[in-house]
Amino acid sequence: MANGYQNVQEDVMAKAVKEGAVAGIIAFLMFLVFVGIETYQDINNQLVWRTRWGLLGVFVIVAAVGRFVTVGFIKPHLDKRKLAKAKTGILEVSEEKSFFHKHFLKIALVFLLCYPFLAMMIFGRQGSLKYVDNFGIQILIYVMLAWGLNIVVGLAGLLDLGYVAFYAVGAYSYALLSANFGFSFWLLLPMAGILAGFWGIILGFPVLRLRGDYLAIVTLAFGEIIRLVLINWTDVTRGTFGISGIAKASFFGIWSFDVGAANNFNKAWGLPSSSVYYKIFLFYVILALCMLTAYVTIRLRRMPIGRAWEALREDEIACRSLGINTVATKLTAFATGAMFGGFAGSFFAARQGFVSPESFVFLESAIILAIVVLGGMGSLTGIAIAAVVMVGGTELLREMEFLKHIFGPDFTPELYRMLLFGLAMVIVMLFKPRGFVGTREPTAFLRTRKAVSGSFTKEGHG
Amino acid sequence: MAGEPLLKVQGVETFYGNIRALSGVDVDVHQGEIVSLIGANGAGKSTLMMTICGSPQAKNGQVIFDGEDITRLPTHLIARRRIAQSPEGRRIFPRMTVLENLQMGANLDNLKYFKEDVEKVFAMFPRLKERQTQRGGTLSGGEQQMLSIGRALMARPKLLLLDEPSLGLAPLIVKGIFEAIRKLNKEEGLTVFLVEQNAFAALKLSDRAYVMVNGKVTMSGSGKELLANPEVRAAYLEGGRH
Repeated sequence: MANGYQNVQEDVMAKAVKEGAVAGIIAFLMFLVFVGIETYQDINNQLVWRTRWGLLGVFVIVAAVGRFVTVGFIKPHLDKRKLAKAKTGILEVSEEKSFFHKHFLKIALVFLLCYPFLAMMIFGRQGSLKYVDNFGIQILIYVMLAWGLNIVVGLAGLLDLGYVAFYAVGAYSYALLSANFGFSFWLLLPMAGILAGFWGIILGFPVLRLRGDYLAIVTLAFGEIIRLVLINWTDVTRGTFGISGIAKASFFGIWSFDVGAANNFNKAWGLPSSSVYYKIFLFYVILALCMLTAYVTIRLRRMPIGRAWEALREDEIACRSLGINTVATKLTAFATGAMFGGFAGSFFAARQGFVSPESFVFLESAIILAIVVLGGMGSLTGIAIAAVVMVGGTELLREMEFLKHIFGPDFTPELYRMLLFGLAMVIVMLFKPRGFVGTREPTAFLRTRKAVSGSFTKEGHG
Repeated sequence: MAGEPLLKVQGVETFYGNIRALSGVDVDVHQGEIVSLIGANGAGKSTLMMTICGSPQAKNGQVIFDGEDITRLPTHLIARRRIAQSPEGRRIFPRMTVLENLQMGANLDNLKYFKEDVEKVFAMFPRLKERQTQRGGTLSGGEQQMLSIGRALMARPKLLLLDEPSLGLAPLIVKGIFEAIRKLNKEEGLTVFLVEQNAFAALKLSDRAYVMVNGKVTMSGSGKELLANPEVRAAYLEGGRH
């Protein structure tokens, strides 16, 4: 018996070594050209190449060792655990949720409300800038965008690859109207939303008959059209130079955050002059906007229009034969989603103080969509988690200075952003094909509320 | 039958592009009747059903419901005239729960009768009550058919259109579903227009029936008459007796 067990283990080891070696060879072949060879311009402006054997070696070793460990140790361990669980007869699904699980949303909200002050306490006034601005505000902007796109993609099932267009419309609405007419942020915020929603309807009309892949292509084109218009309509948008010196948001018109203003916020409250207070203010603004988005989404899902969106995602013909006006339903989905994109855009413009077409490339749409898919389409919590992981993760990469000591001074971790992004996505999709939160909360009950587990449905149908 | 029919289909021609699917179909359905439409695959049965619902719309001819010409109305407005349809292939919403599916069938602007109607559907199909919090997609074929019919009933229809309710179901379940249709008709006086491949069961259930061949109605009569008709027997019933 013991002998047999040893044999099995030896088999596993042999297999692990073999698979590790194969993974190493594959990695070597794959990265030979992409990583092993680098092109650069020399002093004479000629394109020459050099090899990077060290870095290539690191890639190959990571792949080989990773595969070896996975096959040799992690997989047997997981299998053993599963077997033990099956033997004792304990189901993996337990009805009892932990305290943290049950109150996750409340805890998260309290944490977010305290976050800027915590950051200030721990890192000091200037040190906290990075945490409030780069992490806090940046992530919340993406949370808001993803929640807005979630209405279009997650609820109504209309695959929109050009969502960034509405973000751009919102940002430029604020930038142009504030620069030319001097309107304030609080007037322009709803206006940017309305304008973006209007563009949502304009996009909606021509694509009413399209679904799936075809719709995706047209929306993709729409996103690019908006960007190209912004680049080429130089009289109004100043083209690639962008618009700078955009007015800051004020504290509801009572206090200003401009340094020279008489009613400066810091002076009025006797605070030392620092931009961190403006950032904290912006943090709460975007947090409030996010909460608004979440509230509206949750409310709409319980209303006939939200229910109609979800039904539309499932079956358009059935919808029509049940008396749902699919034209109006689609247009409202586009308009509502676009409106939140517009809100986020005008906030973005106020925060940056500068907008240019550079900020509204296709990659942004792709990232927002990736967040929605990773989070689990339709799930607000899952999407928020995905935004924290994806956006926070890429911001964190910038901080990884210590990697330079390992890979040499030329190593810039940001450049590997997309590689890791893709890797994370593959891993999440392998282990959680329905996204982080694959369950869907039903909206109608007769007696008790009961969550419907995602594990009952096909993959990709969470 | 005396008086104006509830649904009157007059000389309807429907095209898919250049292909004529229906060439001058006349069908009457009176208040309180069960009328069935039988025919081979590709005869145009489902097309007629969809034409009544306005998708696709008839190119020529008229569809008159309750004295109103609905030929050119968009589908969702036809549905709001309380013509409910359980479409071919059931077309329930797979990711929504059973209860949500039923809710989609109800008049969303006026949920006054919702609870009462849900209870009625659950009384008719107790299986749905057991599974009310499950997703539609996880139901068995027969349960999905029940859900599809139940969803159509939630609209409190004047006319119920059923497209192949027996499709892909075991004979015992088909029997149960046909029994439910008969009961609805008897007890509630619901008018039913039924498209079926399962000719024997359909003709037994129906007051009247039409036989369709290549986009035309070739025969009509009472269910019993058609059951006895040698041509019908030869074409649709021999070997098909369940």
